[in-house]
Formats: sequence, C-alpha cells, structure tokens
Amino acid sequence: MGKSVCMPGPVQSIERAAAMLRLLATSPGRRLGIVEIARSLDLAKGTAHGIMRTLQRVGFVAQDADGKYLLGDALLHLGTSHLDVNELRSRAINWADPLAARSGEAVRIGTVADGRVLVVHHVFRPDDTPQRLDTGALLPLHATALGKVLLAYDSSAFASLRALDAFTRRTVVSTRDLALSLRAVRAAGWASEIGELTPGEASIAAPIRDYGGLVVGAMGVSGAIERLCSASLRPDPRLVGYVRDAANAISRDLGGRS
Amino acid sequence: MTERYVIAIDQGTTSTRCIVFDRRGRLHAVAQQEHHQHYPRPGWVEHDAMEIWHHVRKTAAAALQSAGITLDQVAALGITNQRETTVLWDRHTGRPVARAIVWQDTRTDSLVTALASAPGADRIPGRSGLPLATYFSAPRIRWLLDHTPGLRARALAGDILFGTMETWLIWNLTGGLHVTDVTNASRTLLMDLRSLSWDPDLSAFFGIPAEMLPEIRPSVGVLGTCTEVFEGVPIAAALGDQQAALFGQTCFTPGEAKCTYGTGSFLLLNTGLSPVASTHGLLSTVAYQLSGQAPVYALEGSIAITGSLVQWFRDQLGLITTAPEIETLARTVTDNGGCYIVPAFSGLYAPHWRSEARGVIVGLTSYITKGHLARAVLEATGWQTREVVDAMNADSGLALRTLKVDGGMTSDNLLMQFVADVLDVPVVRPMVAETVSLGAAYAAGLAVGYWPDLAALRELWHRAGQWLPDMSPSLRTAEYSNWQRAVAHTFDWIQPSGG
Repeated sequence: MGKSVCMPGPVQSIERAAAMLRLLATSPGRRLGIVEIARSLDLAKGTAHGIMRTLQRVGFVAQDADGKYLLGDALLHLGTSHLDVNELRSRAINWADPLAARSGEAVRIGTVADGRVLVVHHVFRPDDTPQRLDTGALLPLHATALGKVLLAYDSSAFASLRALDAFTRRTVVSTRDLALSLRAVRAAGWASEIGELTPGEASIAAPIRDYGGLVVGAMGVSGAIERLCSASLRPDPRLVGYVRDAANAISRDLGGRS
Repeated sequence: MTERYVIAIDQGTTSTRCIVFDRRGRLHAVAQQEHHQHYPRPGWVEHDAMEIWHHVRKTAAAALQSAGITLDQVAALGITNQRETTVLWDRHTGRPVARAIVWQDTRTDSLVTALASAPGADRIPGRSGLPLATYFSAPRIRWLLDHTPGLRARALAGDILFGTMETWLIWNLTGGLHVTDVTNASRTLLMDLRSLSWDPDLSAFFGIPAEMLPEIRPSVGVLGTCTEVFEGVPIAAALGDQQAALFGQTCFTPGEAKCTYGTGSFLLLNTGLSPVASTHGLLSTVAYQLSGQAPVYALEGSIAITGSLVQWFRDQLGLITTAPEIETLARTVTDNGGCYIVPAFSGLYAPHWRSEARGVIVGLTSYITKGHLARAVLEATGWQTREVVDAMNADSGLALRTLKVDGGMTSDNLLMQFVADVLDVPVVRPMVAETVSLGAAYAAGLAVGYWPDLAALRELWHRAGQWLPDMSPSLRTAEYSNWQRAVAHTFDWIQPSGG
C-alpha cells in the first residue's frame, strides 16, 4: 500500500476477504478449492489466490492435504491472546541472547497479564555475577520501559490501570503525565525508564510486532543508570539502537513490519 | 589493525552452515543451506556428498559477504560434522561411489546381527569403546563394499577412500588431503580408543581394507591449508558435532558435562585422560585432543526420544499446535496427577538398552487432563536425563555438579526447571546458543593462537540463564521411584515371533 487514500471508503480486498470467510463457513464440508472460491465470487483465480494466501498467513484460513481451504484456528481463538507466551520466548530467544552479549546488560521480554508486565524471558547480564532467573515474575506497567511500551500500544490495558504506585521519587504517578509520556513513546518507537522502579536502575525497551503491526510484546535491557544513560540522564543512543534492532528482528521473524 | 575472525563449518544432518565468530566468541555472520534427505527404502537415509560440498562453497561465500570480510581476515577454519555418516569416493575422480549413508540409516541391521556372532565380536567394545551397532560407520563401509560391484577390488588397489563428513570436506578443501580427527575416528568401530590408531584386528573383522582409511590426527591442530574456497586459510580443527558442543560449552575439566536437547538428546561428560569402560550402557569416546597432548575422553549417553515426544504430542495427538505451547498446557496444572509417559517408541537406549520395550502411559484415571499429559511429556525428558546422569556418575566415579545445556528445548522454562529439580544440580544455559559451531571455532582459534589457551576460552563462556533445584528430596525420591516403575512396564512388550 504505497499511497495514502484520502477518502475513507470500503476497501475492496477486505470486503472480498470477508466474503471468502463466509463462503468457507457456509459451504457443505466447510472446505473449498481455489477455483470454486474464485468462481463463486466471480474473481480471477489469481486475485482469489492472493487474498486466500494472505488470510492463510494470518491464520484465518488453513489448507488441507489436498490443497483445499478451510477456516483456520486463529479465527476460532480470536477472543484469546493469539500469540502464546512460550511461543514468543521460543521465537525471540535467538535475538535476546545476542542483545545481551552486545549491550552487556540483562534482557527481558514481557507481555501484558492482569494489569502487570509478565516477564516471559530473561537473559542474564553477561558478567557471570550471581543473578536469579525471573521468568514468570510480574512487574508494574507504569514504572518499567517494558510496561510503557506495552501500554503505549494497548489502550485497554491503559484504561484499566488503577492507582499508580510510587516506587521511587521518580515514578510517574499521574495518569495524565503517563499518557503524555506514552504519546512520546509512540512517536519515538521506544521507551525508557530512569530510576522509576528502583533507585539507580534504568531500562530501555521497544515493541515486538506481529502481522499487521499488532504489538505482541516488548523487549528491553535494564541495568545501572550510569551504564545505560549519559551524564545528563539521556538513554545511550547506542543501546537504544541495539534494543530496537533486536526487537525489529523478532518482528520481522514473526511476520510483522519493523 | 584489521579485525580477524575464525570461521566454523557445521556440516549437520539437515543443513550445512558457515559461521563467522569474532575474538570475543560472538557470532558475527552466518549462512545456511539445507540439503536433500533421500529415503530410497524404509530405514534408509542418504545424503548426496557432492551437494553438501557445493553447499560449503555457497555458504562460505555468503557468510564472508555477510560479514563484510576478506580471506586475509580469517585466522583459521574449524570443521564440525554429523557423526558416523559414511562416504566412499574415488581417489582419482573425486566422485563419491554412492550416496553417503547417514547415521540414522538402519540398513546394516541384518549385517550387524550376523557380525555379532562372528569370532572376534566380543573384542569390539574393549578396543573401540563402542558396542557393535548399526549406528557406527564400519558396518556401512562393509555394506557398500558388499553391494557395489567391483568396489572391493578397487578399494584393495587403493583407489577408494573412506571418510566421515569432515574427511570428505577436508579432502575437497585441500585438494586431496585424506585425514580425520580422533573424535570422528572414535565413532567408526575401527579405532583403538587407547592408542588412537586404526586397529588391524577390527579392520580385518569388518573386512575393510586399511588402504581406504584416512590418517588420524588430533582434533585441535593444523590439519592442512585450504586450496579451495578459503584459499590459504589453515584448517585448524575438526570435531564431531557432540564433541564440538562439549568444547563450545568449555567442559575442559573431568566431571563437567553438557546436554544438547533436540529431537533426541546427547549428554557428554568429560572423564579426563583415560577412557572409562561403561558397565551401564554408555559409550566411551574421545572428547578432543590438542596437538602434542594426551587425548581427553568422554562418556556419552544418548536419549532417543525427547523433543520428538513433544512433536508426537503435537502432530499425532494434536493437543497443541506448536511445540512451545506444551509449556502453556503443562502450566494449566500443578503436577502430573500421577501420570507418566515413557517414550520407548523403538525400545529404550541408555542405560537400559531394551529393544523389545515399547512406550507406555501409566497412571491414567478419570482425573487426568491434557495438562497432566503435557507435564508427563516434559517430565519424561527430565527423568531420562536423570537415568543417564546416574549411569555416568556410577561409571566414572565423578559426581555431576552442574549441567550445561543447549539446543532447542532449552527455551522451555518448565522443562529446564524440572531437569534441575530431578538432578538436584544447577542447570545453566550459555549466552551463545550455537555451541556446536562455537566449539569448532574455539578449537581452530586455539590451534593457531588466535586465543592463547583453554583458560581464555573459559572466560568467553557466559551464563545466560540458570535454574536451581527447588524440589524436596522426598518428592524427588518418590517421583523417581514412580518413573522407574513406569519404565519397568515397558519391558518385554514385543515378544519373539513364531512362537
């Protein structure tokens, strides 16, 4: 979609996709070949094929052993979280390790769970000091870079935030201030937190995107402020670059735009 | 000063990879190419050795380009390979006489059964450290000699060469150097594990002309210089893939062990300067040998079914759609509900070696959900690891203190915690997941002085994650006892036919 459309109006390919899903749902045997689909909707086979392939990519349709199309699992599970957290870890692990190695800092990947950040993966800071794996731990959304990224792209998680606890003097406790900072996160494409959860500690995070740009998680580094930030308390641009590159690489791997 | 790098070629079962590592042991660039798997008959698995050689050329060019480096920046090349896969080729034309017979291939089944009752068969384990089995190279060489018209005469005339994959690649890279390393040679059934030389009695037993065999060299040391692909670069190391993973995990001290968790799993324990004869069904093998030094030995325990049990759960039962979802399903319950799955799909390997055993699910009640089954699937990998570790501790007299892990299943957090719980030792995951290629790079870099010594390599190893035991001793004991009773239920399932 190279050019922008000025007049909002029906998008033909989405209408066609919807018609195809209806067709599959109502056909006897619930499965159809591409020729039947194209004929039913009076489309060129190539056009029908292109749309079906896209629907297949996002999991809304599947293909059986004979090449016939049927409704996919993702349609049946539309209401539940569509990317399993353990699947996310398994897809991200080969990018999280190099991020820790390059940055020299601990890496965490998080998703939203019950109004908190659920840590789904944790890579130790590569200095062999004693560290404890905190996969499965819950962190506050408003006081971590991971959480700010997740809030920035999840309006319902933001809407259901209750009182913002103060962990340090620097914690953002006003919803209005938080909303302003989330706008900045969306503009920049990454988030940071400096001493807002633990005095002396900072974190930097970026979004992990699935098909269509849907944010399915956040990945970031955390560590001592003096290592992550400049003297004027600005996050080190080099580290920001590493974090965004790694998160983008996972997004590309998942099929999302980076 | 221009930065220099070490390159590893990882010639694996499904693909060939060329990986560029920097001085800090970090992966700088990688190129990969999958090759065809040929299944001409049930139980047969073959690779086209020429295709694999072409893939080395292609991935080498791609990796150098991706890294943005030139050959003068390459300090050394290390090779690691799928073990036991057998290639025979014509010394004059360089053409393989047949497709390579892959380690998974079981066509030598009846040949091995016949050889087992031949005079001299009882000497094999003592000399080679291995049991007589289809798994190793020698029966495959014999099979090719028996089934290719005129081949034996050509072999006796010195026209036919044998090699495992590293030998085939070195021969091509150097324009005709015919060498292997001690770790690969230790998987043929033809090498004396103590003298590290071809044993004439073993070659005679298998009917394999000595003229075919490559020269055995240390794993770490310059084997030759490339005249093809990496012109002028020294080939400074060769190691079988599991031994390379042990080296990449820097298990340089007796008692250190690693387990690679894949479709099957391979646990190797460094046992030091003398081979340990196993009385518990483990393999005795060479871990590595530095040039001019005594060899370091290892005990190896292989578990046939680990990740493939998760694949079975996904593909055959359809209870999950992707392998990582097994952890999600397992976490819907807090324990196994009294249910145990023993995946003896084609018998049990180490330490039981019961070919007549078949898999069981025991402890089923109306209470059991798919979540309990998912837990039992993951726990099966944990308990199988425990059985191999127990056997290793008993054979070696060394008590395992930490298990270093790698491979795809290490992303399963519940499993890694369970392994730590049942072994009662910390389980640690390294920062570089590519331990096989890293091991080959470390060995090659060490040989040319790119890294000064083993201690320097140790400093490059960093912990990326660690799971500490968190299970009460009484629960561990009770659960292990349940597992062992479940295993006993698998025995004697297949009964001799014709009765």
